[in-house]
Amino acid sequence: MKHVYGWLLLTPAAILLVAFTHYPAAATLIDSFFSTGTAVRPSRFVGVANYASLAEDPIFWKVLSNNFWFALGTIPTAIALAMVMALWVNDRLPARALVRMAFFTPTILPMIAVANIWLFFYTPQIGLLDQVGSLFGAPSHNWLGNPDTVLASTMLMVVWKEAGFFMIFYLAALQSLPPELEEAAKVEGASRWYFFWRVTFPLLMPTTLFVLVNATINSFKLVDHLFILTKGGPDNASSLLLYYIYQVAFSFFETTYAATLTVVLLALLAGLALLQFLLIERRVHYR
Amino acid sequence: MRILGTRIPLLETGAAWLLALLWLSPLVYAFWASFHPPEFATRFELLAPLTLGNFAKAWTYAPFPRHFMNTVILVTMILCAQFVLCTLAGYAFARFDFAGRDIAFGLVLVQLMVMPEVLIVENYRIMSRLGLVDTIVGIGLPYMASAFGIFLLRQTFKTVPRELEDAARVEGCNFLGVLWRVYVPLARPTYLAYGLVSVSYHWNNFLWPLVITNSVETRPLTVGLAIFGAPESGVDWAVISAGTLMAVAPLLVAFLLFQRQFIQSFMQAGIK
Repeated sequence: MKHVYGWLLLTPAAILLVAFTHYPAAATLIDSFFSTGTAVRPSRFVGVANYASLAEDPIFWKVLSNNFWFALGTIPTAIALAMVMALWVNDRLPARALVRMAFFTPTILPMIAVANIWLFFYTPQIGLLDQVGSLFGAPSHNWLGNPDTVLASTMLMVVWKEAGFFMIFYLAALQSLPPELEEAAKVEGASRWYFFWRVTFPLLMPTTLFVLVNATINSFKLVDHLFILTKGGPDNASSLLLYYIYQVAFSFFETTYAATLTVVLLALLAGLALLQFLLIERRVHYR
Repeated sequence: MRILGTRIPLLETGAAWLLALLWLSPLVYAFWASFHPPEFATRFELLAPLTLGNFAKAWTYAPFPRHFMNTVILVTMILCAQFVLCTLAGYAFARFDFAGRDIAFGLVLVQLMVMPEVLIVENYRIMSRLGLVDTIVGIGLPYMASAFGIFLLRQTFKTVPRELEDAARVEGCNFLGVLWRVYVPLARPTYLAYGLVSVSYHWNNFLWPLVITNSVETRPLTVGLAIFGAPESGVDWAVISAGTLMAVAPLLVAFLLFQRQFIQSFMQAGIK
């Protein structure tokens, strides 16, 4: 009976999960070996031809390296900021609740909305960044129009958006640390700096690993801002893999090539999943 | 909360406040631009006249009432379906030792990595085969069986003492009665936490709704806002800011009112 009841309870969710996660993932892989069908020429098996064109597609390599720099630029910065924020908010800071609210607010705002606001910050001449810059005599910049600054500009906004979210995890971890540690350190006369590096930071390591992996996974899904700020431009300088998939599928209508790109994305996510699995194993041993 | 905490040096207090101010500045700017006439959007004068005109304009320029309604319907629909589906599945995983359980659970967790937005290409084809392109159900369907929700409820249900279940059985409850009378009431904090996270996620979600909708009748707020704010639309900053604030207002107000609950919910949902 327990078998029947168990599966009966699971069935509704299982049907939807298979229909919109497992089946499409498998279909993506199959589609990547076919050509995109048109009205005159139906889809046919082409072997690894899509993968061959992928290897020679400069835009693909561009967005992949953008994704790499995007992750490298946003994640460590956001994590470091999140840790500092959590330490401040966890201590006896005047107006602590207000500060915590300020840090966390970007998390609950939609990326589309905040990108609308940040777009104005980056606008040449009349934008806020240039206005502040001109007070110090800095020349006007086209932050989002210049291939050299566009990716960094989007990264800055993403750090602002994400840091408060990561802060939450550190806050939870800090609140679970035994207060005796701090009291003991005080008795011993340890400085705050010493206490942080020798006690707090190592004890936060499991949280850092957890946030690190999740942030990396998330960095492959963060593309909403591109729709508002840059459309991936100029010359794909700010485009990311998922945004390119969207363009290939819904602007160029190259469905099977989009599927091929999706396979790469799925492979990257699977690799990260494996990494997370191994890290969580370690985290258990650590405790 | 601890009573005993380290006192922070003055310099650091200043730094913390400065960072908080920086963090709030985009929102502060949006308020400034939307409550002042357009010519003050790029000029900051303390005594600039206040106006609500930008909100009135934004309200008429774009079909905001319709987008609002779509988002509310979408978020409510997803949340209700998630509660039902995840409760049943979470209960199965927590308390039924059925054949293939561990494999099934592993397969469920795959969705934590492969969220529906990663599979937009195939999911679009599936939806068009189902005839659900450009429907609100089509936006919500891929998210209803949420691995995150199943996982969260399974963890919560596992902490419920077996004795309570046995007692309810003695009283004559069947397995669904036990779920409804014992497990669900005890998991109320988890439902609240998961509900808040889910509502904020789907209120803000953009990519999949953009792909699957193509008419005003189905587009949620985020998609409407993206079209409204596009430079091609030629709307000025003040009006865009007003529209942006309107779109985020419900969630923002809820957050400011129930700040503690929000932060604790995100914390609770994140740690498990």
